[in-house]
Amino acid sequence: MIITTLEAVPGKQIEIHYGVVTGSTVRAKNAGRDFMAGLKNIFGGELKGYTQLLEESRQEAMRRMVEQAQKSGANAIVNVRLATSSVAAGAAEVFAYGTAVKVI
Amino acid sequence: MIDLIIIFGFLFIAYITGSIAEKNHFKRIRAREAALINQPYVVDQFKTMDLSKAQRTEFVHGSCVIAADRFKMFLGGVLSIFGGRISAFESLTDRARREAIIRMREQAIGADMVVCTRIQFSKIGKTQVESIAYGTAIYLNSFDESVVTNSNEQIPAYTF
Repeated sequence: MIITTLEAVPGKQIEIHYGVVTGSTVRAKNAGRDFMAGLKNIFGGELKGYTQLLEESRQEAMRRMVEQAQKSGANAIVNVRLATSSVAAGAAEVFAYGTAVKVI
Repeated sequence: MIDLIIIFGFLFIAYITGSIAEKNHFKRIRAREAALINQPYVVDQFKTMDLSKAQRTEFVHGSCVIAADRFKMFLGGVLSIFGGRISAFESLTDRARREAIIRMREQAIGADMVVCTRIQFSKIGKTQVESIAYGTAIYLNSFDESVVTNSNEQIPAYTF
């Protein structure tokens, strides 16, 4: 599976176009991470726990997107975009979307 | 009165730790940016360039979550009454963004360039900001591929 943010795959031709594929996941922070983050909130600095959490959820979202593309028979996803939004106080949604295509 | 002293003492400690963390972070960011100086990253789509010879493309991304310290929040709150430039938050967003971009580019070490970079910013929680940078790493020469991957895998980072 070729994943790219470009409009096409360089050096290859798009043959079939399958439309938009999406993947998303909502994750909450756990209490331990929340405690450490609470301390960091006071003194400042990078929240490594949250960075890692969002990184994991991003991989999960992308995996779901890829699964959806594979189901339709695509071998590449072009124009991939990522987005994050906070849905509730302790939870964040990570969203990935792109266009599934078949390239040769 | 004692309450007031405690609050200001607290803010002072937050100011000290926050500014030390920020100073060290900026130092690290500058050093890492200097190390990556030979690898260009651009926002363009490849329409403007000839990338038809690209051997391999790879999705790369980096992210960073940074929290403002309490002093910054306090200062930001006070400054936003008057409006104008709030330098306390400028440095925060700058740090998060540059860190995310560096992480993305470090994932693409060995690539000739990173194209179609997108940078996103979102607020998670009250004082935490997250920045994501993502793009497509382009490997122009097949020579690079053998050096970087050392395996039969075509796309190492995001093969599902």
